[in-house]
Amino acid sequence: MQMIESRQDRIQDSKAVMSAKIALARAISVVSGRAGHGGTTLPGRVVRALDPDISRRLGARLARGSVLISATNGKTTTSAMTAGIMAQAGLEVARNREGANLAAGVATALIKDSSLGGAPGAEIGLFEVDEAIFPEIARQLGPRVILLMNLFRDQLDRYGELEHIAGLWRTAVAGLGSETLAVINADDPLVAEMAKLRPENSICYGIEDESAGGLVMQHASDSKYCTVCGHVFDYDVFFMGHLGKYHCSTCGNRRPSPTVFADNIRFDGMRGCSFDLVTPAGRAGVKLGLPGLYNIYNALGAAACCHALGIGPAEIRSGLEAFSAAFGRVEQLLIDGRKACLLLVKNPAGFNEVVRTLLIEPGRKHLLVALNDKIADGRDISWIWDVDLEELAGGVHSAVCSGTRAAEIAMRLKYAGVEPDRLFVEPDLKAALSSSLARLKEDETLYVLPTYTAMLALRQAIHQHFTTAQEMGDLVWK
Amino acid sequence: MIWYGNSSRSGTRALFSATGAFMELRIAHLYPTMMNIYADRGNIITLVKRCQWRGIGVSVDDFGLGETPGWTAYDFFYLGGGQDREQTLVARDLAGKGAGLVEAVEKDAVLLSICGGYQLLGRYYRTAAGETMPGLGLFQAHTVAGSKRLIGNVVIDSHLKGPGLILAGFENHSGKTFLEEGQQPLGRVISGYGNNSEDRTEGAVYRGAVGTYLHGPLLPKNPELTDFLLERALARRNGSEFTLEPLDDGLERAAHRVAVGNH
Repeated sequence: MQMIESRQDRIQDSKAVMSAKIALARAISVVSGRAGHGGTTLPGRVVRALDPDISRRLGARLARGSVLISATNGKTTTSAMTAGIMAQAGLEVARNREGANLAAGVATALIKDSSLGGAPGAEIGLFEVDEAIFPEIARQLGPRVILLMNLFRDQLDRYGELEHIAGLWRTAVAGLGSETLAVINADDPLVAEMAKLRPENSICYGIEDESAGGLVMQHASDSKYCTVCGHVFDYDVFFMGHLGKYHCSTCGNRRPSPTVFADNIRFDGMRGCSFDLVTPAGRAGVKLGLPGLYNIYNALGAAACCHALGIGPAEIRSGLEAFSAAFGRVEQLLIDGRKACLLLVKNPAGFNEVVRTLLIEPGRKHLLVALNDKIADGRDISWIWDVDLEELAGGVHSAVCSGTRAAEIAMRLKYAGVEPDRLFVEPDLKAALSSSLARLKEDETLYVLPTYTAMLALRQAIHQHFTTAQEMGDLVWK
Repeated sequence: MIWYGNSSRSGTRALFSATGAFMELRIAHLYPTMMNIYADRGNIITLVKRCQWRGIGVSVDDFGLGETPGWTAYDFFYLGGGQDREQTLVARDLAGKGAGLVEAVEKDAVLLSICGGYQLLGRYYRTAAGETMPGLGLFQAHTVAGSKRLIGNVVIDSHLKGPGLILAGFENHSGKTFLEEGQQPLGRVISGYGNNSEDRTEGAVYRGAVGTYLHGPLLPKNPELTDFLLERALARRNGSEFTLEPLDDGLERAAHRVAVGNH
């Protein structure tokens, strides 16, 4: 047995074999890219089957190590923001893209960045990772920084109960070496307790401006109970779901004071928002071209993460301000000459933030809501009943409902108070898009709210069947 | 108490019973902040809306740990599903007040319990560690912790109101419930796992009490069941049998068709 293992080690470590694996991955990447599959995970899947250890070995060669970002909501946007700041700071970054956030996606990114001999092109790795996979990737990469942002109820059929994921995270965080710095969201009680596991090697971030929050918890809220004694938390303010300023009046457990925080928050409709970023290294006023409090959380996570890497507030500001919307989280398009705004919805907390964002702008909206129940969306669609759609009901001009569970989302909107004559059911995504665009008057905007696989399919339909222009920020919205 | 009134929409009128009294339904929602894991709120919204659309007054009162409803004041009790930690706390609390709930069912109240709530109404729950948590014993059934989660779309054939009531939902449970002799199931599994994945039974029924693993949520896309339960609860409140006026259920039926075809 011993002999076989050492022989395998020798084979794995041989330069020629490493080159062959990387060459193979490259070839797969080119072929699968041409076949229209994007090549974001397949190369990694194949090479990991030959060498499960490939990520660790390639990751160890990055001069500045790796950064891992995990959360239920905001991973992709925050990673893109972090990459924007790193680029501003002159760092060469290797990163996984487009939500390819399982082990194969990380491996693919590392392989694509390597020379045939395994030498990295980049100096730092930046990976968004699925919350269930985070422990495995953290063990492999021994990251320099981990950014843990939030845990919300999401796809119970896939992830199980929230407490289960939190337990996986606790074990993973406790097991990391002292070279890893944990950057933790103080406002999420379930995440904040991770900071206590490594007080010497963590920093916390959060929102300080209480005027940005509310006094009532949203329906979709989780983890209301003290992580120490189990009593119900008291909140001074709720920012988003169960994120807020909390304390336990029974045992004294309370939100840690953040060292990086947002203050003086201002919203400017769908155009964006601004806030003061405060860090131990100084203060900077940030203007963000994305709307909503959830994007302030994303920007703050990226800022805290980059602060942990030694990047100063001025560079963080210019990185964030240069940033454009990442992969469909808030994407603005012209489709057949009509304005459309694409907002991904995938769980109650994220959908609630989209509702809140839509309500920032006055007037009734035209919506296309696309609900799929494929595995990547979660087969269980009961979560749509936990979204506070009642708040949106009066703001709906028309809602075309589409996707594999089109009738179900239409019915949900009806029970939320949308008049039935404003609701249309068209399961076919392309037909639904055509009919929603046809409903728009000149200058009106279509708000497209798809679940994950519906977004991918819609994007493809837009690409194939419609004339589009991708317009960023001001070009469309001015 | 949340009072939903009876005239939120134009065109509806207040309904009066044969004796001229204003029709109303009183719902007690048990442990709403703890037992709500699979969008149980959707079931409550559905009960409320389907009363309002018919001009029937409806109120929902919430009861948490340590709070005991006046059992005779309610026509409809609702108990949803929770995560393990919450369910353990609720089991302890419910043990102290369960007699009142059982008596309410004996006096014709309707009780709908889903998933974890359903398990608490059986005789006991045996955990993976072999510990036995007593339940209310309203249903002659017991639940044993399983090693595998039973997850997926589920369709059942229910005889609750005569043959041919097809119910569709989603299930996600690791506990396996076994009905004991004489205990009537809610229905027979057409596709999915049901009570225990072995005997093709799903749920349990005793008088006006229904227990089931079907969430999704259950009531919006199964309007026939919803109206059946509402009629029963309203008959109790208003002292005579009657039939609800039909609603336009086009969307509900479409959602049901998709859910049934989804297995």
